[in-house]
Amino acid sequence: MTSSVGAPREPAGTGERPPARDDLEEIELSLLLEGVYRQYGFDFREYAPASLRRRVWRRIHAEGLTTVSALQDKLLHDQACMERLLLDLSINVTAMFRDPTFYVAFRDKVVPALRTYPFTRIWVAGCSTGEEVYSLAILLQEEKLYDRTRIYATDINEAVLERARGGVFPLDKMREYTQNYIKAGGKQAFSEYYLAKYDGAQFQRSLTENVVFAQHNLVSDRSFNEFNVIICRNVMIYFDRTLQDRVHRLFYESLATFGVLGLGHKESIRFSPHEGGYEELDPSEKLYRRID
Amino acid sequence: MLGLVVVGASWGGLQALGRVLSDLPREFDLPVVIAQHRHPGSQEGTLAQLLQKQIDRPVLEAEDKLRIEPRHVYVAPPDYHLLVERGFFALSVDDRVRYARPSIDVLFESAADAYGDGVIGIILTGANDDGARGLARIKELGGVALIQDPAAAVRRAMPDAAIAATVADAILPLEDIGLYVHELWVRSSGARETA
Ligand SMILES: C[S@@+](CC[C@H](N)C(=O)[O-])C[C@H]1O[C@@H](n2cnc3c(N)ncnc32)[C@H](O)[C@@H]1O
Repeated sequence: MTSSVGAPREPAGTGERPPARDDLEEIELSLLLEGVYRQYGFDFREYAPASLRRRVWRRIHAEGLTTVSALQDKLLHDQACMERLLLDLSINVTAMFRDPTFYVAFRDKVVPALRTYPFTRIWVAGCSTGEEVYSLAILLQEEKLYDRTRIYATDINEAVLERARGGVFPLDKMREYTQNYIKAGGKQAFSEYYLAKYDGAQFQRSLTENVVFAQHNLVSDRSFNEFNVIICRNVMIYFDRTLQDRVHRLFYESLATFGVLGLGHKESIRFSPHEGGYEELDPSEKLYRRID
Repeated sequence: MLGLVVVGASWGGLQALGRVLSDLPREFDLPVVIAQHRHPGSQEGTLAQLLQKQIDRPVLEAEDKLRIEPRHVYVAPPDYHLLVERGFFALSVDDRVRYARPSIDVLFESAADAYGDGVIGIILTGANDDGARGLARIKELGGVALIQDPAAAVRRAMPDAAIAATVADAILPLEDIGLYVHELWVRSSGARETA
């Protein structure tokens, strides 16, 4: 073992570290993401690794493979495989009036400010199949603000946007949503907002009259307007810190002064570089107001 | 070197967790992360508050990207999966895994991936088989697998499933778990100092 050329380097950090296998897997995973990006343009390089890894491994097993590298090979040569991975990687779970207390806080602390504006622009980023947007539209209608509001509802995934435009949600969810609606401070009978049809609950068309559904990628696309409210819940949990910081900059720059940012219950702007640009409007509901 | 303790519990878990955590001596400084099944509609924060009443160390509900600090106890928030990266948390609202969110398997598997042989995984009482795969993963990557003795558990299905899924380092009555974990930690820190 005296050869100097090409002698294997001692792998860094053996001993007290997790097994080398994990470090190798990390390399494989980042190569796979790089390959996917360069071949197909989908950029998952700055997504949070733990849940990404779970999803990738699910695909590896489903394809009958045993390593990340083997999946990379297949992905690069087989577009159908890439499409299957995309489905695995898109987490679209959502609900109407999810976290009812968020909507209560929105009524109490955001609506009064919106009343003072002649016109309000709201951005719902990462809206998935639209349940959150319809919830917000219902709230705004009940507060008599909807007619002077425009909601921009965006997501990276065109397929979920198409479903959002349709406004048909599973009938078997209506019981849960009705309860959420009541807890969220709803003022009517929830069933007035939809028509029960054979394939689901068709929500009133009037709820989307002032909604623009559009594709927008938080990783790479810029701001497209100035907003009074931006809501982005349970989307950035899938991003790593670097990407989160970038998206926070995008939101900060897209908000009007005194504009409101609403995040998911377990997210916060603490530690983000823009923390100082906001005051807490309701800390437990993760509502923040831009102050400068 | 040990870096993290993860605990999974379901039916009967609150009391069991209280017991294990209060048996950990003051000096014990590994972070402890808990996935306890709850009713989906259950209020945020309540499990952390209930545990906090029983023990001295700080108990927090985990948030996205929150740093994992020594001596702290973290619980998974209701209706989210809790995952660990090296040194901090990540959350997901992914579908339930075998009917559970938080899923013990998801927490344990991510802990094994991030901390390798530095993880102690503990399965306590429960009426389903969540956690069995996760504990096996911890063991597979060189960590320590501990299981509450099913005979004395409020519900034995979860410990039974874990026993069937992996070769446990120890199967212990509830009263012995805290001390056993402490001893593992003392030995591991001793090994570190003499290394
Ligand atoms: C878990 S859903 C959250 C839905 C809803 N906001 C809620 O809280 O119920 C996450 C959504 O984020 C979208 N998403 C993921 N990456 C994105 C990106 N880079 N740009 C825009 N949307 C993205 C996904 O397509 C998915 O619909």
